[in-house]
Amino acid sequence: MITSDNISKKFGSITALDGVTLNIGKSELFGLIGPDGAGKTTFFRIVTTLLLPDTGTMTVMGHDTINDYLLLRRNIGYMPGRFSLYQDLSVEENLNFYATVFGTTVKQNYHLIKNIYSHIEPFRKRPAGKLSGGMKQKLALCCALIHAPDLIVLDEPTTGVDAVSRAEFWEMLKALQKEGITILVSTPYMDEAILCDRVALIQKGRILDIDKPATIIAGFGKKMYAVSGKDKYKLIQDLRCDPSVESVNPFGDSVHITFTGDRFDSTIAGKLEKAGHQDLRIKEIEPGIEDVFLELMTVSENDK
Amino acid sequence: MKRFFGFVKKEFMHIFRDVRTLIILFGIPAAQILIFGYAVRTDIKNAGIAVLDQSKDEISTGLVSRLESSEFFILKENLVSGDHIDRAFKKGDIKAVLIFENGFGKRLLSEGSARIEIIADGSEPNVANLVTSYTRAIINDYMTDLNKVEAGSFIAVEPEVKMYYNPNLESQYMFVPGVMTIILVLICALMTSVAITREKEFGTMEVLLVSPLKPLQIILGKVTPYFILSLIDVIVVLFLSWLVFDIPIKGSLVLLMLESMLYIMLGLSLGIMISTLSKTMQQAIFISLLGLMLPTIILSGFIFPVEYMPWIYRVLSPVIPPRWFIIIVKDIMIKGTGFTFVWKETLILIFMTLVFIIISTMTFKKRLE
Repeated sequence: MITSDNISKKFGSITALDGVTLNIGKSELFGLIGPDGAGKTTFFRIVTTLLLPDTGTMTVMGHDTINDYLLLRRNIGYMPGRFSLYQDLSVEENLNFYATVFGTTVKQNYHLIKNIYSHIEPFRKRPAGKLSGGMKQKLALCCALIHAPDLIVLDEPTTGVDAVSRAEFWEMLKALQKEGITILVSTPYMDEAILCDRVALIQKGRILDIDKPATIIAGFGKKMYAVSGKDKYKLIQDLRCDPSVESVNPFGDSVHITFTGDRFDSTIAGKLEKAGHQDLRIKEIEPGIEDVFLELMTVSENDK
Repeated sequence: MKRFFGFVKKEFMHIFRDVRTLIILFGIPAAQILIFGYAVRTDIKNAGIAVLDQSKDEISTGLVSRLESSEFFILKENLVSGDHIDRAFKKGDIKAVLIFENGFGKRLLSEGSARIEIIADGSEPNVANLVTSYTRAIINDYMTDLNKVEAGSFIAVEPEVKMYYNPNLESQYMFVPGVMTIILVLICALMTSVAITREKEFGTMEVLLVSPLKPLQIILGKVTPYFILSLIDVIVVLFLSWLVFDIPIKGSLVLLMLESMLYIMLGLSLGIMISTLSKTMQQAIFISLLGLMLPTIILSGFIFPVEYMPWIYRVLSPVIPPRWFIIIVKDIMIKGTGFTFVWKETLILIFMTLVFIIISTMTFKKRLE
């Protein structure tokens, strides 16, 4: 569906994409995972023919994104990162507008959006600008789907959306995938990454790893421990100073650590208690995709 | 085509839902008409005049050379018959005609008084006022000098002032073309450039670009509502000036509307060009206001006659489109002239429109950079 071959893109002196090569198959739910400024949006804009790559070639549905852009634009549904609907038009008017612009009607493709639209239908007369974050995103998704595209590209669709709506949103994506639609999505939330068929971890314009989320996690190959205590900040400081600890990353209430050479240091609890930490808890955990990502990021940093 | 109309419909919804847009569209034209009802005074220097001397005696030629030697007037033409007055005015380089009656000097000496007729171009009321009062002052001055020489007898000249084109010298006549020129630039360039950059700023342009809409359709869809509304504004301005100030349209209304359409297209293409140059609405507003509004008001000859401006402004003035439109409207509305008198200005406007359209289609981005 999408073949990206060594795509690079620079904005002035900043390298947004640095030799990105990846393939996305038909009706795959593919996630692009990375922090802000990693190059996700730039990549999406090249896929949607909005930007030209400096080097490399990209084909979408077998068509070149540079030469066949007009043809591709008919078959791609795009939901940009920022809210991209007309705030002063109502829900219904936005949907109708996009349907007309894409040369179709809401009725014709209603089956595609029915499940999603039913959530926002009670508010169909409300101006889009006055919807909640989750509803805005659902409307934007409806608008991106209204012309029944073969590929939809969603740039951080769940950023700024509450947890329940996020879960609903991903259910909708799964349902769309079953309709045969290829979905390219980016997200900063690691818990969403595992919902993708495959993910690409991207940082500073470079792909760190591409695989199934489970495979990526399995490839971590180290034991991981979660440490928690009363003074989290001091805990991080002390752990970082300890030579037996390799990586230290804050994660919610606790701190995830790995040990140098994957050897558990049994004296760690004693050392920390001596340093005055209270309520200490240390336990082994299954690494999550975020742990893998942070690990890969550190490795790629050290390579430079 | 259905796509295009869907787009235009959406654009109308934006306009009619935004109170500020509506005020700019319909409130400002009405307000400006009333505000500019009181025109601004100006100074004259080297105003062109023509003389029809039916007497050609010592006193009349003396007076003409006195007028000429002042820094206020330049003698452009010596007319031989009253029939040529109209032609002289239509040429446009004179502000007034002085007519000395037959046997002017003789009558002045024998009867003690004689008549001079001053006919001024009333389509520029301020200038006309100034020209006539300056002329009167010079005539009086000259008479005082004569009285000193011809001691004993007192002679006086009764200057009779008439206005050409605008007999009652109503200054409202002049500002209507000015207001029209400004409003059309404001609506066309400012509003379209803002409307297009708004899509960029709100991120909807990204989606529109990924749609099957062609860039030309997007642009035309954006511009069409403003074209229609600007035309309505022209009608509103003309109707208001007729209703409130009793200002008639002397020339052809059809021609005036056609010329207005041309000027609107020019304004719209300017707006599109501005939108391709700016990324945000603020930039668009800034460029439109600074780059269009001020020059229109200052350089177009609306408030300050171009002839009396410092040379640098006179050089810049022909570059700005309003300068030419104001002449066209003035000629058609107030002088009642036909196309044969404004074809040159029309050609200039057509040329400018083409240049702007070419520049904006070349710079419009079908992608994001």
